Amino acid sequence: MAGNNPNSKPMNLTLKIWRQKNFQSAGKMETYQVKDISPEMSFLEMMDVLNEDLLRQGIDPVAFDHDCREGICGMCSLYINGRAHGPERGTTTCQLHMRKFNDGDTITIEPWRAGPFPVLKDLCVDRSAMDRIQQAGGYISVNTGGVPDANEIPIPKAIADKAFDAATCIQCGACVAACKNGSAMLFVSAKVSQLAMLPQGKVERKTRVENMVAQMDKEGFGACTNIGSCAAECPVGISLENIAMLNREYINATFTSENV
Amino acid sequence: MILDSKIPDGPLAEKWDRHKFNVKLVNPANKRKYDIIVVGTGLAGASAAATLAELGYNVKAFCYQDSPRRAHSIAAQGGINAAKNYQNDGDSVFRLFYDTIKGGDYRAREANVYRLAQVSVNIIDQCVAQGVPFAREYGGLLANRSFGGAQVSRTFYARGQTGQQLLLGAYSALNRQIAYGKVKMYPRTEMLDLVMVDGKARGIITRHLVTGKIESHSAHAVILATGGYGNVFYLSTNAMGSNATAAWRAHKKGALFANPCFTQIHPTCIPVSGGYQSKLTLMSESLRNDGRVWVPKAVGDNRNPNDIPEDERDYFLERKYPSFGNLVPRDVASRNAKLACDEGRGVGTTKLAVYLDFADVIKRDGVNTVSQKYGNLFEMYEKITGENPYTQPMRIYPAVHYTMGGLWVDYNLMTTIPGLYATGECNFSDHGANRLGASALMQGLADGYFVIPYTIGDYLAQMPAARVETTHPAFKEAETAVRADVDRLLNINGSRTVDDFHKALGHIMWDYCGMARNAEGLQFAKQEIRKLREEFWKDVKIVGVNEELNVTLEKAARVADFLELGELMVDDALNRNESCGGHFREEYQTPENEALRDDENYTYVAAWEYTGANQPAVLHKEELKFENVKLTQRSYK
Repeated sequence: MAGNNPNSKPMNLTLKIWRQKNFQSAGKMETYQVKDISPEMSFLEMMDVLNEDLLRQGIDPVAFDHDCREGICGMCSLYINGRAHGPERGTTTCQLHMRKFNDGDTITIEPWRAGPFPVLKDLCVDRSAMDRIQQAGGYISVNTGGVPDANEIPIPKAIADKAFDAATCIQCGACVAACKNGSAMLFVSAKVSQLAMLPQGKVERKTRVENMVAQMDKEGFGACTNIGSCAAECPVGISLENIAMLNREYINATFTSENV
Repeated sequence: MILDSKIPDGPLAEKWDRHKFNVKLVNPANKRKYDIIVVGTGLAGASAAATLAELGYNVKAFCYQDSPRRAHSIAAQGGINAAKNYQNDGDSVFRLFYDTIKGGDYRAREANVYRLAQVSVNIIDQCVAQGVPFAREYGGLLANRSFGGAQVSRTFYARGQTGQQLLLGAYSALNRQIAYGKVKMYPRTEMLDLVMVDGKARGIITRHLVTGKIESHSAHAVILATGGYGNVFYLSTNAMGSNATAAWRAHKKGALFANPCFTQIHPTCIPVSGGYQSKLTLMSESLRNDGRVWVPKAVGDNRNPNDIPEDERDYFLERKYPSFGNLVPRDVASRNAKLACDEGRGVGTTKLAVYLDFADVIKRDGVNTVSQKYGNLFEMYEKITGENPYTQPMRIYPAVHYTMGGLWVDYNLMTTIPGLYATGECNFSDHGANRLGASALMQGLADGYFVIPYTIGDYLAQMPAARVETTHPAFKEAETAVRADVDRLLNINGSRTVDDFHKALGHIMWDYCGMARNAEGLQFAKQEIRKLREEFWKDVKIVGVNEELNVTLEKAARVADFLELGELMVDDALNRNESCGGHFREEYQTPENEALRDDENYTYVAAWEYTGANQPAVLHKEELKFENVKLTQRSYK
C-alpha cells in the first residue's frame, strides 16, 4: 500500500474484454472476474493480475500492447468503457489507476477500432499506417554532420514552446480511435505544425504537408469534421489548433505547390 | 585472450582526430555493396541506422516494439549533457571528460570518455537542425540546467521529455531513410541469435512477434543497440519489454561481457506500493536542482510531513555534502537514502522512502515557474500516487535504472567478435562504475551519429563485398537451434508462471546484488539463482504455440536469459573486492560509509567469457590506464 491511502479497500470487478485470435478470425466479447484489486494498482497491473489467473487456468492470456508504463512510449492503447485510454482525461491507459473505479464495477475493454488499424490479436492493433505517414515527410532533410552551431538558429521562446507542445504527440492513435470518422488529422497536424513553426522546418513545409496528407488519405483514414473528440481524448493534450494550422498549411501548399 | 582496446596513440585531445584520419574508408560508390544490421531503434540504434544509410550503406533495422519510435530512450526525462559552455560558467571538453571519469569512480576508459565529451557539442547542433524543440531563453538561444555530479550548467533539455524529443529527432532521420529505401525496418521483430561465418558476425536470427516466423538475415556487420539489462531485477525504470536477449546470446557466441555488476540505482523514483507492482517510475534527477531531500531527524516520526518543523528535519545530503548538496551523483544519493531508511527514518507506510520537497522553491519562485520547469513530472507523480507534490513533498526511493556494464567493446565499439558492434547502453565503455545524469542520451547519440559511422567503415573496407546467403549452413544451423529453444520452452508445460520466476529472480538480485552487496550474500544469491534456473526449465508454464502472438513465450525466452545473466552479475560483484560507484561492497567502505576503492588491485575492466551452460565464466582483464587524471577518493563534500 502506498503512503497516501492506507484505508483503500480491494475491489472485485467484472471485465468484458474483446478476444480475437488473429487478424483473420472473428472476435467476440468474453467476461472475466478479477478479485482483490488494489486501488493503488495501475490499470495494466490489473490486467496483469487477470492474465496470471488465466495462465494458471491454462487459458491464453489477453494480449495487449504496452511497454514503458509511464505514459510516454505510446504503445498502450485500450478502449475502456467506450473511451480511448479510459475515463481520466489527459492520461494514457498505463497511467490510469484503479482508484478511478469502484468495487463491483463492470469494465468494458476493447481494441482501437478504425479501418486503418487492423486487430492483430485481442486488444493489439497494427498502427504501422501512422509510421508510413511519418515516413512520407515527417522530418527535416538534414544528414548527420555539416549543420550550423545550435545557437546560430535563434528561435523565439514562444515559438519553441508551441512547437514543443505539438511535438509531444506520442503516436498512440487515441485520436483516430476516438473519432467517429476514424480521422488521423490531429496526429498528422501535430507533426506538420511542429516543423512548420520552426525555422529549420520551413524549407520543406509545402512538400511535407502535401506528402503527409496524401499518405494519410492513402491509408484510409477518414476526413475531419471538426468534432474535436480527438483533442478531448488525447492523453498528452495535443490542441485542435494544430488541425487549423494543418488546413492552412495544406491550402497554402496546394495553391503554390512545389510538387511538380 | 588478450583484450586489445585499440586506443590510438598520441595526446588525449588528438586521439580521435588522428584515428579518424587513420581509419580506412569505403568509397562512396562501394558503400551500397555493404549491408549492416542494426538491432534496436533507441537513440543509439536509430541514430546509427539513419546515419549509416545516409552514407550509402544498406541498413536493416529491427525493434521489438510496434514502431521504432517507442524504444525506451523515449522515456528519458531530464536532459543531455554537452560541453558547449553556452553559460560561460567554465565548462569545457576537458571538464566534461573529467566530471564523467570522476563520476564513474575511475573505472572508465579515458580515451573513450574524452571522445564522448568532444562529440557532445556536435550532437546538440545535429538535433537542433532536425527540429528538436529544446528549451530556450527569451532571446531565442538554448537554455541549460545543472545535473548531478557537475558544478556547471551543461544540460540541454526539452521540459521533462528530453529523451522523447531526441528520439523523435533520430526517428525522423530514420524515417527519411526508410522512405528512400536505404533502411528496411522490421518492427515487432526480436533477435534471438547471432550468426557467425568464419569467425565473423554475418547475420542474425529473428522471430516475428505476431506470426512467430523465425527468419535469417545476412549482413556484413551487426550492430547491437539493444539497451541495458536492468530488468534482471524485475522492478526497474526500464520498459516492460526491455531485455538482454540479443546481447546475452551474442555473449554466448563469444562476445565478452564487461563489468556486469555495475548497475545504477537511481535515487529519485516513486516507491514500490505493493506486490503487484510491474514497474517503477523515475522522477527526473533535474528535480534535485530545486527539490530538497530530507527525512525526519527522529526515528519513527509518523507525523504528516507538513507538520514536521524545520529543525526536526534532516536534509541529509545538504548536511553531508555541502558543496554539491542535493546534486551529488546518483550512487551517493541512493546510498544515503538507503542509509536513512536503514536507520528507521524512512517515510510513508512502507518506510522505504524519503521526502523530496519543493516547498522552498515554490515559496521562492512561485507555482507558475515551478510548473513550467517540472509540470509534467508533478502530474505524473500525482497520477501514480494520488498525491499533489505542490502541497506535500514527494516520496521517493532508489530504483534500478541503468546498467553501466555491457558487452565489452574496443575504441571502435567492436566487441570481441569481429564485425559485431555494441553501442549505447548495450556496451560498457563510457560510464565506469556510475553514470552521471544526462549522459546516457549523450552516449547513445554520440555512438550512433558520430562514432560508429567512422569506425565501421574501417572494418568493412577490409572485407570483401560478397554477401553470405541465408541458405548458408551457419544460418540453417542457427535457425534450427532457435526453433529447438522455442520448442523446449513450449514443451515444459509446468505450473509456475514466467512472471513468478522473474519476480523471484528480481528479489534475489535486489536483496543481494542491489544497492549494497557482501560476499556472503552474493554466494547465497549465486546458489539461489542456480536453483531457480533449474526449476524454471522444469516447471515454467507457457500456453499457446509459436505461430501466433504469444506474449508468454516472448517473456519466457527473455527471463531464461536473465536467469543466466543474473548469475554473471553476482560472479562479477563477488570478484570485485572493492567498492566503486554503483558497486558497493559493504566490506569495503570508509568510516563515513563512502565507497572505498582498491586502485592497486581493481583498476581494470572485468570482461567475462562464456564457456558453456552452468560452466564458470572466465575472467579477462583490461587494465585501465589513467594518464590525464589523478585517481583520488571521490569527494562531493
